[in-house]
Amino acid sequence: MSQTQTAPDAAQQPALQAGAEVLLRALKEQNVEVIFGYPGGAVLPIYDAIFNQNAIRHVLVRHEQAAVHAAEGYARSTGRVGCVLVTSGPGATNAVTGLVDALMDSIPIVCLTGQVPTHLIGNDAFQEADTTGITRPATKHNYLVKRSEDLARVVHEAFYVARSGRPGPVVIDLPKDILINPAPYTAAATTAHRSYRPQTEPDAGQIAKAVAALKGAKRPMIYTGGGVINAGPAASAALIAFTRKTGFPITNTLMGLGAYPANDPQFLGMLGMHGTYEANLAMHGCDVLLNIGARFDDRVTGRLNAFSPNSRKIHIDIDPSSINKNVPVEIPIVGDAGKAIAALIAAWDAEPGDVNRAALADWWKTIEGWRGIDCLKFHQDMTKGAIIKPQYAVQRLYDLTRESGRETYISTEVGQHQMWAAQYFRFDLPNRWMTSGGLGTMGYGLPAAMGVQVAHPAALCIDIAGEASILMNIQEMSTLAQYRLPVKVFILNNQYMGMVRQWQELLHGSRYSESYTAALPDFVKLADSFHGVGLRATSVDQLDDVIREMIASDRPVIADICVDQKENCFPMIPSGAAHNEMILGAGHESRAPGITDAGMALV
Amino acid sequence: MAIDTTLRTATISVLVENEPGILARVVGLFSGRGYNIDSLTVAPVEDGRNRSRINIVTSGTDMIIEQIKAQLSRLVPVHRVADLSNEGPHIAREMALIKIIGAGEKRVEALRLAEAFRARVVDATTESFIFEMTGNTEKLDAFLELMRPLGLAEVSRTGVAAIARGTRII
Repeated sequence: MSQTQTAPDAAQQPALQAGAEVLLRALKEQNVEVIFGYPGGAVLPIYDAIFNQNAIRHVLVRHEQAAVHAAEGYARSTGRVGCVLVTSGPGATNAVTGLVDALMDSIPIVCLTGQVPTHLIGNDAFQEADTTGITRPATKHNYLVKRSEDLARVVHEAFYVARSGRPGPVVIDLPKDILINPAPYTAAATTAHRSYRPQTEPDAGQIAKAVAALKGAKRPMIYTGGGVINAGPAASAALIAFTRKTGFPITNTLMGLGAYPANDPQFLGMLGMHGTYEANLAMHGCDVLLNIGARFDDRVTGRLNAFSPNSRKIHIDIDPSSINKNVPVEIPIVGDAGKAIAALIAAWDAEPGDVNRAALADWWKTIEGWRGIDCLKFHQDMTKGAIIKPQYAVQRLYDLTRESGRETYISTEVGQHQMWAAQYFRFDLPNRWMTSGGLGTMGYGLPAAMGVQVAHPAALCIDIAGEASILMNIQEMSTLAQYRLPVKVFILNNQYMGMVRQWQELLHGSRYSESYTAALPDFVKLADSFHGVGLRATSVDQLDDVIREMIASDRPVIADICVDQKENCFPMIPSGAAHNEMILGAGHESRAPGITDAGMALV
Repeated sequence: MAIDTTLRTATISVLVENEPGILARVVGLFSGRGYNIDSLTVAPVEDGRNRSRINIVTSGTDMIIEQIKAQLSRLVPVHRVADLSNEGPHIAREMALIKIIGAGEKRVEALRLAEAFRARVVDATTESFIFEMTGNTEKLDAFLELMRPLGLAEVSRTGVAAIARGTRII
């Protein structure tokens, strides 16, 4: 055949490369800069392709669950899609907890899983698992690539699905023969997806109705969640502008902290089960409630039939299934939080008339009364040798990190320390707070902080941890050492699974069944053996020095802060109680008992 | 706002991309979230566009049925979701194959009733009939109730296929 005959054919047929090469090329086109992963038989062709290039960095974790949490930390602190690579079978099943965590908290992740070759699928081959079957309810969407010609398209589509609409985790299951066989490369589609096209533009009519309701409010309240964080820093800036313009009080969910500056006087603190008295009472007493990017989670609403009983409700959410799921709302608005807030601002300015400022001033007077209770107050004995209160430890950590002037990112594990971190560490910027909100995954914080540190090498990344949670992914200390990631682990060590202990005290007659951890490791020696720095504070006079030394260190640090074992997390709305039935801590007169038999059956 | 707790039956049609796992996604959504499936049918439609139509008969309060629609809509391979029972008149039909085993007077009575219900005999032996019957769910239920004392031995039902009346399409 002459060249003139072959040329047209070559132009039509895209050049073929090994599947693994095509995969990496697609990841590069999707601007992936780092992959958190762990190798194994089924993904060896991908690791070979990684070996032969420099554009994409690979971080070798010590457990696949940690790979997903690290990618979550990376995604949450940057607004980008996190990328994970694990092998077939146990690699994939170990990743499942991380995937569900990302699903519950709407974090964009693409997780590549190896699979046995297509001809062996269904034969119970070595390290075979029905990964798409197992991860179907654990992901936003998943794919099994069975034809080489689909590979590049599926990778591009997975990234589109992960980041669009309500973000979430996407799994691509890759049989080994697909990674080895030649595959064509195709660029990302420029046309709309054939079926998945989430609505991001809010409806103008609904926005106008919302503004009319808000301008008619006498006791308004703004309640915002992770949707504002996911909508990007511009959405947070718009939220600040809108809140200041209206003069309304605002609260953030656990997922939404940082969207509005915690030190602003209009901010009432976090709401919900361990939220502030003023935030929860304002939710209960408001007459118009504006929810932006939150989902009326049970940890926020308390008893549903007593949740904000006298308010007209406006709900902005990018996911239509979040609207009217738990709480019926009068004015639903489907769209991106940032675009919706911008539309609210425009409509607010365009609409003549203002909110009833006198009524608003009265409302603020009521709120200031609640605030005056100072629900987060605690007593720290300052005499030398006194035991450290966990609240004080977090407060000093906050003060001293601010004093250092460093850009600071905080992750947490799950339990009492998580709530104290949410209450006492004050976030003024979005994307600085990484916590497992929906799933409540112990073991989240250390790998998440690792992912944050990878994305922000110069920043101060601290995992506020409990001694029980930290042991669930402690092996990642080894990853920190390998990549010289100077993550700080700040353990509030009370030797109990504190939140379990607290519930047992309040609901189960102080029968502390299996909530005490005997034979804890020596965390100082543990840090040392993982090539890090171990520090310990056992009394209040040692605390500041330990925190300062931790911040100053350029290595991974575990700071073992031995705190009061009996301390409980207050205020608290017991399960099954309403916002106005909060329990306040010691030193406060409790308003109502709150705990009921029906509530005991709830989690 | 008061929550309406009245239960109603809904016939939901879902147009999906015809790809592996889509039925598992839909069924898994129902079981995972605790929704009922009274009937389910699925088959490819629209040749050349690679689409399937799933018809689901479910029940719940208005809020739950709205939630089912929203949850279905956010599945990535779902094109359209319609609650036919709530969006104007619609036709719903299912087909059943019904095996009657018996002899004598009961056998004659079964055949007589089958004619009245316009069921077709698609197989017969000296001791059995198989009837094919098409209609709405209530008609099939009524016929099966009548057949029970007359030797009803086995039933195979297709589940509901449904479509909106008039010019409306989903």
